[in-house]
Amino acid sequence: MDILKVSNLTLSFGGLRVLEDISFEVNQGEIFSIIGPNGAGKTSILNSISGFYHPDKGRTFLEGNDITRLTPDRRAALGMGRTFQNIALYRGMSVLDNIKLGAHVHLKTGLMSALWYWGGAHREEMALRRKVEEEVIDFLEIEAIRNLPVGSLAYGLQKRVELARALAMRPKILLMDEPVAGMNAEATEDMARFILDIREERDVTIVLIEHDMKVIMDISDRVLVLNFGQKLTEGKPEEVQTHPEVIKAYLGERKARNGHISAVAC
Amino acid sequence: MDIFLQLLVSGFAVGGVYALIALGFVLIYKATSIINFATGEFMMIGAFIFYSIMVYAGIHAVPAFIGVMACAALLGFLVERLILRRMLGQPTISIVMVTIGLSSILLGVAEIIWGSDFKSFPAIFPRAPIIVGEIVVRSNIFYGFLISVGAVIFFTLIFKYAKVGVAMRATASDQMAAFSMGINVKSMFALSWALGAIAASLGGIIIGNIVGVSPDLGHIGLKIFPVVILGGLDSIAGAVVGGFIVGIVENLAGGYLDPIFRGGVKDVAPFVVLVLILLFRPYGIFGKKEIERL
Repeated sequence: MDILKVSNLTLSFGGLRVLEDISFEVNQGEIFSIIGPNGAGKTSILNSISGFYHPDKGRTFLEGNDITRLTPDRRAALGMGRTFQNIALYRGMSVLDNIKLGAHVHLKTGLMSALWYWGGAHREEMALRRKVEEEVIDFLEIEAIRNLPVGSLAYGLQKRVELARALAMRPKILLMDEPVAGMNAEATEDMARFILDIREERDVTIVLIEHDMKVIMDISDRVLVLNFGQKLTEGKPEEVQTHPEVIKAYLGERKARNGHISAVAC
Repeated sequence: MDIFLQLLVSGFAVGGVYALIALGFVLIYKATSIINFATGEFMMIGAFIFYSIMVYAGIHAVPAFIGVMACAALLGFLVERLILRRMLGQPTISIVMVTIGLSSILLGVAEIIWGSDFKSFPAIFPRAPIIVGEIVVRSNIFYGFLISVGAVIFFTLIFKYAKVGVAMRATASDQMAAFSMGINVKSMFALSWALGAIAASLGGIIIGNIVGVSPDLGHIGLKIFPVVILGGLDSIAGAVVGGFIVGIVENLAGGYLDPIFRGGVKDVAPFVVLVLILLFRPYGIFGKKEIERL
């Protein structure tokens, strides 16, 4: 059963064709990775799926419903979470406040009652807060830093808080743009473990873009390879790894004979 | 010494009103990064609507205040929806020109509807001046100050604690992230314009009650400019502190220097302080230092 389906996605900026007729399906509970050299159009795909870009052609379906015309906030409300390549946290706010913002989607009170912090909104807020604290903070092991301002944290921790904020939305599907970019080996390993756990324990489908080939090959169920806005191939990590077109795209013509790209970290 | 205290207190009181009008700039800038050069005209329109409700419709001041707030919210909302939303993604200079154009249009509309004469409000506050020891504060300044402080506290609480306020701050800080957390960014823009217009129009009523209403009331918006730049365009606390600084500097300059230089210093002094402070803190006293990523 596919939770996300993208069909014939075509996107151009002015005369520049960024994505050319891309189609793929992501199955429920899968970790689906999109890889490709710089400028291949990976982030453009994510931005099209989350509704920031308006593709020229193509449709996007979430759980069978056509969401092609929905705005990003509506897609978020339907259960589409997102993390960004450059950390997009609210630096002045505490870790907990950032996470609570993620739970915003689920706070259902009208504008007038929400104007005030107390009353129904307050009770809802407190219930929500407990839930968020228990689930997400424990899960991502950020108990110790919950009240610190985000701006004061190390890079790897900020990435984890951003993930926590996305999880607080209780998404059905999570789009992650380079979750381990710029991290050291230990932080990378932690993040890879969290991504696997999110899938296992929280039943969240994950679509991710990453340059770290080791992580991609270790945790992905399926991989889509892009080059110059076109889909090269799609398949299990080991299939993709040995695909001649993929090796050509990453290593160029001459080295292609030696096979295997797992050691290449672009 | 008595004169000094007197000038200080009057300056403080007027500064509170400036802070409220400055909020009209800040609330809009914070969420949308647009400097609304029509803020002064929002003030003026608010004051005229208040005058019309009270004089032509003969309604009491309190419901008139509420009526003005509703009209101002509608004005802010319409301006965002009909004009500025079409400017999304355009260069800043174009958007600034649009708000300047808007201020001319509002000025013209006000002259067509209400004429260009000065009008004064019927008395809305008790007339007796407030006297503490040797210090006398005019009643319309004193009560105007109280209303301003109340409104500033109200806006601050909304921004800090209410869910919509948090959503507005989130929008201001990162639109893409706000979107992807399910915040309806466009309605936050509309809301911030409505709130900014309410703040400006309340300030307009209070100033109009002190100096009288005419289409030129909007020029006071220019005087508020040093206030917002001083405090930092995106800081509520900055608007408050900037308001008090400008109010006090203006009054002290008016009291001590105007007699020496035969007038005019009162209006220039806030700008002199503005230049001096910006020399040392280019982002204003509380403004966010922006680091541009290239």
